[in-house]
Parts: sequence; structure tokens; C-alpha cells
Amino acid sequence: MSFSHDRPEVYLVLAAFLLATGIYGLVRRRTLIGMLIAGELIFSAASLNFVTMNRFFVTDPAVGQIFVLFIMALAAAEVSIALSIIIAVYRNYRSIGSKELSELNG
Amino acid sequence: MKEFPGSEYVIGFLFAIAVLATIAGASLAALATRIIRGVCGLALCCFGLAGLYYFLHAPFLSLMEILIYVGAICVTIIFAVMLAEPDEAPSRESRRAALGWGGLALAISGAVFWGIARLGMNHAWLKPEAKANAGSVKDMGVALLTTYSFAFELISLVLLVAILGALVIARYGRTKP
Repeated sequence: MSFSHDRPEVYLVLAAFLLATGIYGLVRRRTLIGMLIAGELIFSAASLNFVTMNRFFVTDPAVGQIFVLFIMALAAAEVSIALSIIIAVYRNYRSIGSKELSELNG
Repeated sequence: MKEFPGSEYVIGFLFAIAVLATIAGASLAALATRIIRGVCGLALCCFGLAGLYYFLHAPFLSLMEILIYVGAICVTIIFAVMLAEPDEAPSRESRRAALGWGGLALAISGAVFWGIARLGMNHAWLKPEAKANAGSVKDMGVALLTTYSFAFELISLVLLVAILGALVIARYGRTKP
């Protein structure tokens, strides 16, 4: 693999790396905000994959960019909702560690 | 037109900086023990991704990446960090359990990385014969207001509902002093 900005392999491997770090963070993080950050990494991996495909292998290069714009809008909406839920959880439990939220645990 | 001398090396250097910033930011976001460092890692990762989008002929997306991810999402997460003191307490799980779960997470993410990277590098991707348009900002705007106008309106509705929902959830339970 040659390290050049005109080849798709670099971007595809980088997107796979972002997805893998996101999954690792999602499993290992012990607070809700840390898990949210890992989720953002997975969103970024998907976006990078879309833009790479859009640049190299697609006849209409406007479609992928529009789709990534939609992904960004959905990520912003998701973060605003998730953070307000986290604030509400903190007000009730005085903690946002995912181990403490065990009221529904059977 | 005469090329700027050594522009090949300058471009390669900038590309390497973008790739390294993305890798370092993602690693920091996933591995840092303090949450605030994780947020800074996410911001660094998004700056690197903006550079990569520029190399992928999408300058509008690179500006939007900086504006939305660094300017909005990271700042909002920092607000939540200030409100909720989320620093992870020192782990109560035993050393063996930590090693086991960490190894399992590492194995899963390593397998995902290996599989997808191998697929991306070995698959025979088909290149198109001709491009329908240049993918410029004007082409995107035309497509947004013709083909994708319904999805565009739906996205604005989703954002409105998300803002209202966030206000309602965060407001619930507060009493007047």
C-alpha cells in the first residue's frame, strides 16, 4: 500500500481504525459521557467511509456529501438529547457511572 | 501554469499531519482516563478528519466538520462535563477482571479492524467511467433543494424536536428557589 492522498486504501483503513477505537471505547468506558464520545467516533468512521466512496467510486459525487451532512445533523441531535438525559440522570443519582444505574437490574 | 517548487512534499506533509491527528485524537478519546482529555482528543480527531475531507475534494464538508463537531458537539460535551463531574472513580474491579475485559474489548475491536481493513484493501472496487457532476457546493445545493428536499425538511424537523426534547428532559425535576 502506497501512502498517497490519491488512493482510497489509506482512507478505508483509517475508517476501520476509527470504528475499532469507537467499539473499544464503548466497551471499556465506565461513564455515560465517555460512551457518548466513543459513539461519536463510530459516527466519524461512517462519515469518512461515505466521503471516500463518494470521491473514488461513485458517478454522482454530490450524493455522499449530502448524506454526510445528514449524518452530522443527526449526530448533533443525538448529542443534545443524550446530554440532557445524562444531566437528568446526574440530578437523580449524583453519578453518571454506568455501574451505578442498576435500578432496573433484576 | 508553473507548479510551486516542492509542492508534492508540502502536500504529502499536510496529508501525514491530517492522518496522524486523526489517529492520535481517536486513541486519546478512547484511552484517556480523564474525560476532559477524551473530549480534547475528539476535537483533535475532528480537525484531522476535516483535513482528510479537504483531501477528498469536499471542502464544504471539512468546514462543516469543524463548525458542527468542534464548535457545537465538543463544546456541548464540555458543558455537560462541567455540570456533572464525570471523572471515573478508580476502578473497583479486580486486576484480573480488568485485564480480562480489556483483553476481550481489544480482541473484538482488533478483529473488526482487521476484517474491515482487509476487505477495503483487497476488494476490487469498480471505478465509474464518468462523473455526473463535479460535486461542488452548487451541485450539492441543487440536489438538496430538488431530489432531497423532503429529507432536508425532515432533518430540520428532527433537529427542532431534539431541541425541544432536550429542554423538556433537562428542565424536569428543577424547582423554583
